[in-house]
Amino acid sequence: MAAIYSLYIINKSGGLIFYKDYGSAGRMDTNDSLRVASLWHSMHAISQQLSPIAGCSGVELLEADTFDLHCFQSLTGTKFFVVCEPGTQHMESLLKYIYELYTDFVLKNPFYEMEMPIRCELFDINLAQAVQKDRVALLGR
Amino acid sequence: MPTAGPRSGDAIFASVERVNAELFTLTYGATVRQLLTDLEEVEEVNKQLDQMGYNIGIRLIDEFLAKSNISRCVDFKETADVIAKVGLKMFLGVNATVTNWDAEGTCCSIVLEDNPLVDFVELPDTCQGLHYCNILSGVIRGALEMVSMKTEVTWLRDMLRGDDSFELQVKLLKQVPEEYPYKDDE
Repeated sequence: MAAIYSLYIINKSGGLIFYKDYGSAGRMDTNDSLRVASLWHSMHAISQQLSPIAGCSGVELLEADTFDLHCFQSLTGTKFFVVCEPGTQHMESLLKYIYELYTDFVLKNPFYEMEMPIRCELFDINLAQAVQKDRVALLGR
Repeated sequence: MPTAGPRSGDAIFASVERVNAELFTLTYGATVRQLLTDLEEVEEVNKQLDQMGYNIGIRLIDEFLAKSNISRCVDFKETADVIAKVGLKMFLGVNATVTNWDAEGTCCSIVLEDNPLVDFVELPDTCQGLHYCNILSGVIRGALEMVSMKTEVTWLRDMLRGDDSFELQVKLLKQVPEEYPYKDDE
């Protein structure tokens, strides 16, 4: 079973622009994935407001009994998050790496419109390579 | 593999894939030339270059943030330094310095000693009003807008017009807060 269940990318206004699931566990239909994305966007915003620390950048890790959710938000407001097996390591560096792939293969694609759903084959290919389990282990070294 | 701390402009410049500088310079030259033919008015070309730069900037900022590992800047002074020392080095391979700060710390000049865009360029008399490098000011404006800073970027000195260096004035107009408007319904 894959350690990573799914990957989401949300634009700065909270719209889901990319969703992909890996393996059989936690598979969701389109409506559910949209719901998770907008829920997470709002929860993230609320956590920033509720935080006792000034300048808090929001939830980075949510641990549940059956999954972990790691979130990375870029300074431009785009959020990347993965849902994975509890205790999976090196997710922060994977998310940063996915951010780099996004800048290289999505933003540099002249036919990609900003803030719109991502349909870029090159991004998919490179992402698939990055997510492979051994690759994840390699990133942590 | 991303490293922990911020990376220097030199390190990133060395690690990313690059194109031949001459190809880059000539491509940009051809673009400007075509705009002059299409739009006829020099002022319109300035505007168009700025707009093209803006469109590049709003995408480029993410690559910059992803590859440089820079965290949030505390003030506009740090922002200007990061643009000059890391940003311009990383994408253009040039060194720049920040000078001429005003008293409030909202307006400064970025001086470029070298500029690969103009390597083969001589401005003819008919194009004296042309800001040949206006794409760069657009890029900076677009990039800063994506990190919630509204700026105005203008050329003060231009070697193509006989000055001794390139000087860009960056003026912070306003900083848009990132907070959510949570009291909208009151």
